[in-house]
Parts: sequence; C-alpha cells; structure tokens
Amino acid sequence: MSVRFRVNGQEVEVEVEPRLTLADCLRHHLRLTGTHVGCEHGVCGACTVIVDGAAVRSCLMLAVQAEGAEVVTVEGLSNDADLTPLQKAFRKHHALQCGFCTPGMITTAHALLSEEPDCDAARVREVLSGNLCRCTGYISIVEAVLDARAAYQPKAGARDRSGDRT
Amino acid sequence: MRTVNSLIGSPIERLEDLRFLRGRGQYVDDLARKGMLHAAILRSSVAHGRIRSIAVAAARALPGVHSVITAKDIGNRVPRVPMRLQPLPDFEPFGQPVIAETKVRYVGEALAVVLADTPGIAEDALGLIEVEIEPLPAVADRRASAQDAALLFEDKGTNLAIKFRAVRGDAAAAFADAPYVRRESFRTQRHMALPLEPRGLLAEWDAARGRLTVSGGAKVLFFNRRTLAKAMGLAENAIEIVENDVGGGFGARGEFYPEDFLIPFAARHTGRPVKWTEDRREHLMCMNHAREAECDVEIACRRDGTILGLRGHAYVDVGAYMRTNGAVGARNVAQFMSGPYRIPHIDIDVALQLTNKTPVGTYRGPGRFETDFFRERLFDMVAQDLGLDRVAFRRRNLVSQREMPYQIATIAPFESKDEFDSGDYHATLDRCLDEIKWTETSKLAGKLIDGRYHGVAVGCFIEGGAAGPKESARIVLEPDGLYSVYVGSSAIGQGLETAFAQIAADALEVTIDRIRGVFHGSTSYVGDGYGAYHSRSVVMGGSAMLNAARNLREAIRAQAAQRLGCEPREVEIVEGTKAVGPGGRAITLNGLSSEGISAEGAFLNKKHTYTYGAHAAHVAVDAKLGHVELIDYVVVADCGRIINPLTVHGQAIGSVVQGLGGAMMEHLVYDQHGQLLTGSLADYLIPTASDFPNIRAVVLENHPSPINPLGAKGAGEGGIIAAGGVMANAVANALSAFGAEPHELPLTPTRIWELAQAARK
Amino acid sequence: MKLPPFDYACPTTLPEAVQLLAARDGDAKAIAGGQSLVPMLAFRLAQPTLLVDLRKLADLRGIRISEKGVTLGAMVRWRDIEDDERLDTAHPLLKAAIAHVAHYQVRNRGTVGGSLAHADPAAEMPGVAITCDAEIAVVGKSGAHAIQAADFFQGALTTALTPDEIIVEIRLPPWPAGRRWGFEEFARRRGDFAMAAAAVFYDQGEHGKARNAHVGVIGVADRPLRLPTVEDILNGRAIDATIIAKAEAAASAAVDPQDDIHASAAYRRALVGTLVERALKRAAA
Repeated sequence: MSVRFRVNGQEVEVEVEPRLTLADCLRHHLRLTGTHVGCEHGVCGACTVIVDGAAVRSCLMLAVQAEGAEVVTVEGLSNDADLTPLQKAFRKHHALQCGFCTPGMITTAHALLSEEPDCDAARVREVLSGNLCRCTGYISIVEAVLDARAAYQPKAGARDRSGDRT
Repeated sequence: MRTVNSLIGSPIERLEDLRFLRGRGQYVDDLARKGMLHAAILRSSVAHGRIRSIAVAAARALPGVHSVITAKDIGNRVPRVPMRLQPLPDFEPFGQPVIAETKVRYVGEALAVVLADTPGIAEDALGLIEVEIEPLPAVADRRASAQDAALLFEDKGTNLAIKFRAVRGDAAAAFADAPYVRRESFRTQRHMALPLEPRGLLAEWDAARGRLTVSGGAKVLFFNRRTLAKAMGLAENAIEIVENDVGGGFGARGEFYPEDFLIPFAARHTGRPVKWTEDRREHLMCMNHAREAECDVEIACRRDGTILGLRGHAYVDVGAYMRTNGAVGARNVAQFMSGPYRIPHIDIDVALQLTNKTPVGTYRGPGRFETDFFRERLFDMVAQDLGLDRVAFRRRNLVSQREMPYQIATIAPFESKDEFDSGDYHATLDRCLDEIKWTETSKLAGKLIDGRYHGVAVGCFIEGGAAGPKESARIVLEPDGLYSVYVGSSAIGQGLETAFAQIAADALEVTIDRIRGVFHGSTSYVGDGYGAYHSRSVVMGGSAMLNAARNLREAIRAQAAQRLGCEPREVEIVEGTKAVGPGGRAITLNGLSSEGISAEGAFLNKKHTYTYGAHAAHVAVDAKLGHVELIDYVVVADCGRIINPLTVHGQAIGSVVQGLGGAMMEHLVYDQHGQLLTGSLADYLIPTASDFPNIRAVVLENHPSPINPLGAKGAGEGGIIAAGGVMANAVANALSAFGAEPHELPLTPTRIWELAQAARK
Repeated sequence: MKLPPFDYACPTTLPEAVQLLAARDGDAKAIAGGQSLVPMLAFRLAQPTLLVDLRKLADLRGIRISEKGVTLGAMVRWRDIEDDERLDTAHPLLKAAIAHVAHYQVRNRGTVGGSLAHADPAAEMPGVAITCDAEIAVVGKSGAHAIQAADFFQGALTTALTPDEIIVEIRLPPWPAGRRWGFEEFARRRGDFAMAAAAVFYDQGEHGKARNAHVGVIGVADRPLRLPTVEDILNGRAIDATIIAKAEAAASAAVDPQDDIHASAAYRRALVGTLVERALKRAAA
C-alpha cells in the first residue's frame, strides 16, 4: 500500500505492507533510526514519536494509519548547529547513559512541555513512567525536564526551542 | 595559565551525548547493507526433550525465504559455547551447542535459523517449521536437580556441574564452642539485566578475501573473535568484530552467545550479509539469566556481637548449560558472603545445579547482590536476638583500615588469594547514617503513621573490580596535532568516551578538545583487548592509556629531538602542542610527522580493587496493600578516584534503581514444566520513573587504590549490591510488630501482605 | 515480534465497516487505537486476515452530556475524557477511574470502544461500565442494538459481540449531584493493569441512609463484577465504620480469584476487601 504523510516537516511517500509498524517504517524505510525499538508491545516507550501533536508509541501504530498525519521524530527536534534547550538540559543533568531510551524521553518530554510548561515533578514522573530506562534510574531525567520548562514558557518564543518543527 | 591536568575529577558533560540526544547514535539495528537477509530463530517451546525431527520444507518454500539452517547444515560437530571465566574442565560436558542437536534443554534454545528478505517473512516462516520433540521430565528447580532423577546430560550422570568451597580459618573449631549460633535459609529470585536495547548482529562475509566482519559486538570482543575464529575454522585476523553504540550491558550483553556463531555462519553459508535483531520475547528467554540462589547458613558469634564464623551451603540454579561466565555468580555467593566484615572462620560451599531453564551469566554485582541479601538479613536477625543495636553490630565487625590489605576467604578449586586493597569502611557507614539522619529516622521504626508502618535499615558492601589480566591502548598523534585514542575497553553506556578523554587529555597535558576521539571496543583498534566487565574499564583501560601516553611522549620527544638536533631527554613537551629543545627552540607537534606518531601501552594486573560503602533506606509500608513507599534511600561509596563525578554519580543512582527492581519486583517465573511464564515486559516488571524518586548518592575518593597508577577502583556495581538486603531489612523493621522476617526476594505485594498476616509477637 | 500479515481497510462509513467485517466471517478484526490489539498481533495471539480501521468514522468521537446521562462515542480516547472538564461533575467516577489507565502515550490513542471490546479483566472501562449499569450500543449486519454491560462481558477477553459487530457508543446513566462515590485501585506500578480496583457509589436516602448502592470490582475474576451481597449490606444503612467493615468482609467473601504470577488468590481476596473499604471511606467522607 502507498502511504503519504509528513515527517519532520517533509512530505514522504512510502510503499509498505499493512503490517509494517510506523516505528519500522521510520527506521528502515525512511532511515530515521533515531526512533528506537525496545519491546514491540507498547511498554518501553523507546519508540515514542509525535503524531498530530500527540506523543504515541510508534510500535503500536501501523504505518498505513499515519496517512495524512504530521509526524515528528527526535531528528525533527534536533538541529546540527546546537543542542536545543531540552537537549542541553539532558546533557547538563547527565540524563542519559547508553542513549537507547533517550529519543523516546526527548519526544515525550517535548510533547509534555509543549502542552504543560508548568508541570511539576510529580506530573513529569507520571508522564515519564511510560518510558523505561535501565541506566539512569530516572532522577536525572526528571531534573532535566524540569530544568527545560523555562524554554517552553509562553513568553519564550519558538526560536528559543530551536529545532522544534512541530 | 595552566589549562591542563584539570580534567580528571571534572564533571565534564559527555561527548557521546551529542549524538545520542539527536538520535544519531548508531546501534546495530540501525545498520543496513545491500542485499542483506534477515534472520529469525526458531526456539524450543519445550523445556526438556529429545528432538525427533525438524521439517523445514514448508518454511523454505515460503516466498521470500532464502534458506533454513539446522544442526545438520553446520557439520559433524556443532561448536560449543566456551567458558570464558573460570574455565575448569569440570564444565566441559555442560557446554552449550550453538544449535540444538539431539536434545533441547530449555525453552528458548535455538532449533533452526531462517534467512529471509524481511524480518516479517522470516518470522512467518518460523510458524511453518514442524518440530517433533519427545518430551522428557523437566528439572524445574535446584532441589529436583540435586535428586539426579531426570538428567540433563545422561552420560554425565549428574545435574551438579560443580561445587565451590570458600574457606578461611577453621570454621568447625569456631562453631564447636561458639556461645551463640543461628541458622537460617534465604532465597533470591531469578532475574536479569534487561538492557533496553535487545541484542543484534550484522555479519558480512567477503568470500573473495575470506574475511568476516561482525557488527554488534560488545564487552569482550577479542575473546569472541578468538572463539568465532576457532568455531568457523578461520584465522583470528580474518575476522573483525565491530563495536557500535550499545544500549546497555550490565554484564549480560557481549558474552559469546549461540547467535554469535549462528549469524556469522549464516552469512558465510548464504554468501549474503545477515542481520539478526533479537525481539523482547526472545530476549527474556535467551539472554543470560541471573541471581537465582538459595542458602542454608549458620553464623556463630560471641554474646557481644563479635562474629566468630559463618558456614553452610549455597545453591545456585545455573540453568541448562554452563556458558561463558556462568560460574562467576556462584563463586561470588560463597566467596563474598562475608562482605566487608571481619569473619575469621568461614566454610561455605556452593553447588551449581543445572535445571531446564535459560543458562545464567553475570549481571551487575554477580553473586554479590544475592549474598549481601543473605548476610545482611542474617545480621539484623542476630542483632535482634542478642539484644544489640544493628548499627553497633555492624561497626564492631567491619574490617578496619589498619587491617588492610585484608585477606578474604579462598575459594576452591581456584586457590587464588584475594584481599581488600584499601579503605575506611567505618567512615562510609558513618557518612551514610548521617545522610539519612539515622538517629531521628530510626525513632520511627515500626511506628504506624497515617496507615503505614515505617522502617529503616542500613547495610555495608564491597564491590570488587579491575579484573586483569591486562588491557591495551594505543594513542596516535595525528599529523594535524590532534590525538586519537584507541582502547580495548568497551563502551556500554558508562560514558567511556568522555572519562577516557579526560584521562588521556590529562596524561598528555592537553585540553580535552585536542582529543579527536576515543575509539573503543572494535578488534581493529588494538592488537589485543579484554573489554568491559567486573568494573574494570577505568582501572585497566585508564591505566593502559597512561602507559600509552607515556610511551607516546617518549616517541614524540625522540622524533622532535631529531628535528631539533638534540637528545630526546633535552626535549620538553609543552601543553601537548609543541616540543621545546635546549635554548628554547620550539616546533609545533602539528606536522611533526606526516604519518602521525603512534605508541601502545598496556596495564597488567592480578589484584582486585575494592570500592566499598553503605546503603540506608527509610520505607513506609501499607501492610494491607503490600505496598512499600521508599521515603529516602542513600548510597555512600568510596571509589578511590573519581574521573568524572557526573558519570560516577549517574552509575550509582542507576545501579541502585536496578537493585531496587531486584529487591521489589523483577522475577523470571518458571512453572513446573520449565515454561517461562514472564514472557513480556507487562509481566517482567522493572522500575519506572514513579517508583523510586527519592534516592541520593554520595561518591567519595578518600582512599585511592594502591594497585594502579590512577588510584581508581571500579565504580559501576556498588549501587546494586546492597539494595536487596537493605530493603528487606527495612521492611522487616517496619513490620516488626508482626514478627515479619523476609527470607526471600522479591518483596512483592503478596509477600509483604503475607508477612503482615503473621500473629503479632 | 513482527506482526503477521493481514489486509487493511479504512472505511468511511459504519455500514461499510460492518460489511467488511461480516464478509470475512470471523477472520477480520476492527482496529481503533490499537493499544490492545497490536500487542496481541505482535505476540501472534491473534492472526486476523483483515484489519478494519475505524479511524475515519467521525461520528464515533463525541462525548455527549445531557439529562439522559453521559454518552461516549466508541472512538473517544482516554485523552479526550481527561481533557473534558464537564466530566468532573457530569461523571466524576468515570474521570477517576480513567486516570489510572496506562500511560501518557497510550492515552493519546487508546479508546473507550477498544477497551470494552478487548475486555481485559483488569481494565478500568469495563469496570465502570458494569458498576454504572451502562448500555453498550453496537451495530452489526443485523442492524443496531444495545447490550447491557451485565450481559456484555462474558469472560477473559470475551464479549457478547459477534465478529461483524462494532461498538458505536457507551451510555452511562445520569449522575446526580450529591451522589457519594469512591474509586480505589492498586497496581504494582503506576499505569499497570490493576491488581484490583473497586468502584462504589450510592445515593443519600432519607435520614442519611444509603440507597441505590453499586459496588463493582475488577482484577479478581475473568470479567468485571458487581457485588450484590455488598450492595445489600449498604442499602438502607448509614455508612459508618461498622458497615464499612462488614462491606469489606463481604467483598472478600464474594470473590474467588486465582493464583497468578502477580499475586496469590488469598492476597487478591483480601485486596478487594481493602479497596472496597477504602472506596467507601472516601465516599462517606
């Protein structure tokens, strides 16, 4: 089947089997390997991407279901020139070790902060409890997300988030 | 202004983060090759049985399937997975064939390999393979194993792989007239490392040149290359194993598994690149399991709490085969049961019992987590019996600084002597008690507040590190004046690239930006490497780099001397960027040699380092729900020398959370037929962000290790070791009104509820 | 764990969707958010030959609140319930229960209809449906009809739906102001399936006595349960500590859970009692 959608602001068209997940489509057909696959049954969150503004598990979505959608992956939340405020916060707080859960954490955190820039620690923990990490023990990740809130405040413009193409 | 020699000890932000944060890491499943085939592996769903037939015709005929490999395609003798650590001849009969030949011995054992155009088709084909297995009774646990009724290896006549024995002093004599003796049994559950990235391999066979390239290596690439070469009848230098980015290891990833033969074999067999990506269901039944141990032990003390002896029996359920490092956990259970404490007389044996379950291997703090739980539980029970304060009991028995080096029990049949290198174990205990405000917090012990019982506990640990024998490094001064560092150590997420850049930069006396990169793991980087395990990377790899840096500076001086027309000893290297001769004549190192100058280094070591410390926990238990809230948790560890405080702290916290997972929720559950019941992440539970939000780590460097030039000790495992014992003791303390005495992990809601059902004392 | 092969259709009308399901004679499955179905496919526990995607059926996404009660379209997501402030008063029990469902990402896609059709014994939505005497409106090849929640859940992952039927909406009776209610759940980790949960409500009758008590539990049987013996204890009485203790005991006695890898039967039995007790304490507070 032919599917057309937008990824990180670019229009794409792919020819896929219905059974292909969005995660595998992004990784292997579009070669956007930043989105990771950790379980394929909707528990670990490593595959989180943003579809039409909402964070979703891309291993639980069929590529064909993305028809006409606006998809943002970790690559779309990055730029070559510099780290974004969210990425800088992760680095500062040592919120990653092996890096495998990190894209999922970044996309989930970005989605959360975009909607709730004033979220508190409990809310951050609640939302991130759908993303497994085996290396960090989470505390530094929560600290990083809280630190990044400043960049998502309404008075902070889109430019401050640089790299955000949602 | 000196800008150099300031990097070790700095909380430098990690270099590897730049790619990980952007989703530009390169993990093995991110790789692709033209014409590659995808492998799927048919795995036994029977725990124990004789293979009658495997019919692959239907699978082969499925469109998109290229071929199906079974044991008979591999040849007359299917290679065995070798023992890497402690390879005693006793283990030989129990080695795992890389694919099942005549029997299957655990659910998950490989029966066939399908090669197809897509992973989906390969998996579809698995469903078309018909396997006839005549089931045999499954050996479900260590007791059934010891009965030797159903045998995994009939011609061996026993399911006991080996018994180790840890001895110190004369336990029989010590117990004979001990004023106080207590005997207890304890049990820790089977669980596993579960890195977030499942395993994967990409193998490429270049028929024209007879060369094999395997990507997806980790941890011990050189050993694996040697093993693979032998198994495939190739010269070692015909094989390159490449380490890409790796999504966590924790001791389990990187060992030589059956797939480490099957996938390269498939590449040579088909003449096409072959990629295999493990899925999570497979992972749970195939990657090394760990931690399933029991003990029945006695402790002898004086009435004032001085420990006289420890003796008894331990049993480790090692699964169906002895794989590369399957004996390490068991050995450590026996040898390290005494922990950081002075126990003069020890006699503990440990039986390695084979069962029809997934084979075991090392998982962070192997055997140490288990044995720490056994010991610390025993200590709290004994202290209570003797009417002694739990902290005072521990203080009395902790090995003191002036006793260093302190020799621990010898473990037969190894007969190697092991000793604690340096440290002040009392100081970290004191610091830990201070951090958790023990004096105030312990007043809450057992109290019911707002419907929950409060409890506190403290425990001490040692973490062995720096396994030898050797590590290698090579540093190159590039023509452009930047330095490239190559090291045999492996990166598994621990921030190796940054920590090593710090060490190298300080040794070369340059700023960190002059290090082009730290290239690690892959077999093409150094002649001989050993890898990342037993918390050895900084000590071994770091020390090898110091040696390489010194050798490089000599080589640079020699080269510069020729240009400057003087003796090498008259040359001074200034800030790693220029060489200055007598009279102040200087040349820049940039362009000193058009091919670059390279030097190798190595570090040899036979002794272990011992990071040490203490953990404390404050919990609130809802006895009706069986829920434990972790109110506060502190780990204090002295790791000798801190290279990067940011990463060391991260290791400590991450390690504690894994330990809490093991203490509270992780469990690989088998039924009586050897069926693995926990087949997904909805059943095998690991901690999430909401479970343990209140953990603090204090990492110290007050007592460097005397056995390596950095003064460093291993630092990756200490956080996990004490978690089980401390949590169990904290829960027991909380539920003391119920006479609750946990003997088993994990502390599930059911178990905690049951503990609280016991009659009040 | 790649998905098995299947055909895929994305109809734009309900009759079309029904027709597609009916034509495959039991081998087709409807897919809504996919949060329960796709993992089943990944484990190859289900191998339908056709998936009928309901995402283009727009008239299934509404939340309607009137004096007749609260109606949730089958494609309403947990997210939509969370965001709808009217439900804070229009159906606080629904809101409270749904707050426990899964995680952030799942809540953006998981649907009411999907959860009801999947019928996991520990899922919150079926629990709410049973407790509140909901009516589930379905449409199939023989037309439209409504199934009472009590008749809808027939076992673990088993409902009264025939393979050609699609859930259209769920109708919850109106929720009077002044109603007393409580919802208590215990899961091993936040967002996990409930080890058990209790949903209770009652209305205040004369002299402060309870009437119209409804007590529902999940996680302790192969389907969500109403506990009439507990309701009998509450009806006509003032809900004080004594009654609550009796209700706790009756709840434990009313269920017969099994041992499983997450909990023992004895523990679950006690747990249900505890959760009913705590839910009642909340209701009475």
